[in-house]
Amino acid sequence: MAALSQHPGYEEERLQRVAEQLPCREVQAGVLLSLMGQPQQYSYPSVFIYGHRASGKSHVMHVLLKELELPHATVSCVECVSVALLFEQVLLSFFGCEAASLLPRSPSLSDFVRIYRQQCSQSPAKQTRYIVMEKAELLRDTDANLLPALLRLQELVEDNITVILLSEIAWDKFRPNTGCFEPLLLHFPDYSKGELQQILSQDRHPSYSAEFYSSYINILLGVFYSVCRDLRELRHLAALNFSKFCEPLAEGKVKETDTHKLWRNIEPHLKKAMQTVYLREVSSLQWEQMQQMEEKESGALRGLSAHTHVELPYYSKFLLIAAYLASYNPARTDKRFFLKHHGKIRKTNFLKKNEKTSNHLLGPKPFPLDRLLAIFYSVVDSRVAPSASIFSQISSLVTLQLLTQVSHDDQLDAPKYKCAVSMDFICAISRTVNFDIVKYLYDFL
Amino acid sequence: MSKRKVKDTHLPVGECVAQVQGILRERLCHQQLPDKPWGVEAQHKHLLELLRRTAVHGESNSVLIVGPRGAGKTMLLKCVLRDLLEEKEAHKNLLQVHLNGLLQTDDRIALKEITRQLRLENVVGDKVFGSFAENLAFLLEALKKGDRSSSRSVLFVLDEFDLFAHHKNQTLLYNLFDVSQSAQAPIAVVGMTCRLDVLELLEKRVKSRFSHRQIHLLSSLTFPQYLERVQTQLGLPEDFPDTKFAQDWNDSIKTLCADKSVEEVLQRHFNSSKDFRSMHMLLTLCLSRVSVAKPAIKPADLLEASRLCFADAKANMLHGLSILELCLIIAMKHLNDVYEGEPFNLQMVTNEFKKFLQRKSNSMYNFDQPVVMKAFEHLQQLELVRAVDGSSAKTQREYQLVRLMLDHSQIMEALQKYPQCPTDVKQWAMSAFG
Repeated sequence: MAALSQHPGYEEERLQRVAEQLPCREVQAGVLLSLMGQPQQYSYPSVFIYGHRASGKSHVMHVLLKELELPHATVSCVECVSVALLFEQVLLSFFGCEAASLLPRSPSLSDFVRIYRQQCSQSPAKQTRYIVMEKAELLRDTDANLLPALLRLQELVEDNITVILLSEIAWDKFRPNTGCFEPLLLHFPDYSKGELQQILSQDRHPSYSAEFYSSYINILLGVFYSVCRDLRELRHLAALNFSKFCEPLAEGKVKETDTHKLWRNIEPHLKKAMQTVYLREVSSLQWEQMQQMEEKESGALRGLSAHTHVELPYYSKFLLIAAYLASYNPARTDKRFFLKHHGKIRKTNFLKKNEKTSNHLLGPKPFPLDRLLAIFYSVVDSRVAPSASIFSQISSLVTLQLLTQVSHDDQLDAPKYKCAVSMDFICAISRTVNFDIVKYLYDFL
Repeated sequence: MSKRKVKDTHLPVGECVAQVQGILRERLCHQQLPDKPWGVEAQHKHLLELLRRTAVHGESNSVLIVGPRGAGKTMLLKCVLRDLLEEKEAHKNLLQVHLNGLLQTDDRIALKEITRQLRLENVVGDKVFGSFAENLAFLLEALKKGDRSSSRSVLFVLDEFDLFAHHKNQTLLYNLFDVSQSAQAPIAVVGMTCRLDVLELLEKRVKSRFSHRQIHLLSSLTFPQYLERVQTQLGLPEDFPDTKFAQDWNDSIKTLCADKSVEEVLQRHFNSSKDFRSMHMLLTLCLSRVSVAKPAIKPADLLEASRLCFADAKANMLHGLSILELCLIIAMKHLNDVYEGEPFNLQMVTNEFKKFLQRKSNSMYNFDQPVVMKAFEHLQQLELVRAVDGSSAKTQREYQLVRLMLDHSQIMEALQKYPQCPTDVKQWAMSAFG
């Protein structure tokens, strides 16, 4: 707190308010403020702030600029699909809507700088103006000139302006190949476990004591900290599961101080949450409903990924099975698997050493249509005519993205495919047609 | 009486510090022009003479200023222009057109800008009329009509000159150089670029019209000069209102530069780059630590600023990863070691991770496959891991080939700094083969 309160040029009262809103980020805010200097002084032309997701980059900037009432434009690069939107937003927030309407229909950087200079000569900056670009990594995908121009905007428009870029990605990945004006790099470190605990404990429920809530946060971090350090995600999880944590208390089974019993109650629940809510298998609304329905075991509800079961026609199922076998088995083993009179399979004998790595590790291999049909006729018991419907089923499997066509050079003559379904999926399919697929897979021999 | 009064002005410390910040910030952040260009006297003289010949005698010239980023190209040109415009005749006779390769991305825009800056007659207010062809014809006509004796000379400054060479057919460059070669209105074309091979970019016909006059700004700075430069950059000017404070400040800067540890740090910066921009960045960071409570720069400030400048961004990012993500990175490191930099997919990484878990009896890190996938995708988002080819839609996520964008030493260093890193994970990372 002390670090923040001694910046001349700003009102002490406001600084106090800033400090209150930025728990565990006083150091960074202090550094930023001292870099920005007094409002009327020049600041470094461009500052690049990087740090992990939810480490308070946008929040700190927002609070500082808002509370200290500095002229600023906050632009999210996700929203600005064209540079015109970006220019408009900047002009709008600095000079009002008249300036923004001066922009021609598809403005170039030149137009923007011209209008900016024009407006700026009418109302020169009394204080440093700030442009904050959120998600700055997207600037790399736009016009190649945009990023270098933004970095030296102060020089181009000859105004007291500072561009602040916020990103998750390190600066090294941004540098254009002919170089640019290097920004000042600033790192926002991740929150430590203690800081996370402190921040999360702030939004406690008023009807429970602070110690109670903080012990809950402690348990939550114990489960999730090794997987997730994202403050937003943790906060969301904390809000979702708190009612379950309080349940034994409401029923009067335990007291607030009986931490061990509370832990025993909540821990399996949180573990289940990691498999469901954390992965968005089950939406948070469903999760809350599940908690209300006592008797229903949580997790009994089928998540998104459990819905992968697809109802397919009979032959399509076999086509898919054949495709899976063709993708994951080496072609030289086909004879042993699918012909009637074959020798005994000995895995070590008939394969070279380098082929031993499992296909389930490397991913599916492409196969030609002929091989697919050959395997298909071998695995289907009855005689199937190679009718138009069989071939159209193959192409409809491609449109369902269960198969992918590999090379696009020829549609009709010997197309190549790859199977794009997982092991679990194909096992489920083959179970419905009473086919034991594992017996035919070379990897599981 | 008045003399004494001037001598004894004592401002409060807060006022002084604000003044210091204002002056130095303008110098370091706003790239304020120095009184005299520093270390480039010969180039300054050459360019000044050249431009004076254009401005006063109506001679057409073209010149390229070549130098690395932050070598002071713009500073040199601006100083020359400032000195040139002090002469009355030159001031009266010279028109300036400033173009920047970043802004004027094609010839059409550049042409409009030229017409606007020259205030030609098809400009009303701020709008330029006419199509590209008309504009060009008009401009050339206007330039052609002039001759050496009567018309005012025009100075074209092309910043980021190499970007103009990427325009279609290099029409603008061709026409500018053509005018400068033939007896038309006197113009001087000054290009500024950081590319040493800039002449290779020009077309033959454009190249043959260029005078091949180049001014190189390659820094021949030695370390004592660098040190002196730091001192002058931080020093306060003579006309600082509080002379006592200025004296103290300048003395403190002198002692600062004499300090052994400071010298060491500056030597490191000097070895990594000689350009002035990175020095300004370092000094800005130092300056930002000056406050009312501490109205002088201490060696510790410089050390801290240098630490900030040299911080490894990737190591910083690795510090904030979760245990699971760290484990995945270690598994990838092992895969890199074993298969010698071949790309790998998530399945192989998980397999490697599982091998580690099997050897350990405790199942503390037994995560589901989707949780691992989420962690992996986070790594991909941070661009610590990059897909080999772009066809992401075609292959399943777990079989997409990726590469690790970190090297061995970075991982090991990050592991040492990682807060509360479990011992078995550390041991696993140390073991040569997974």
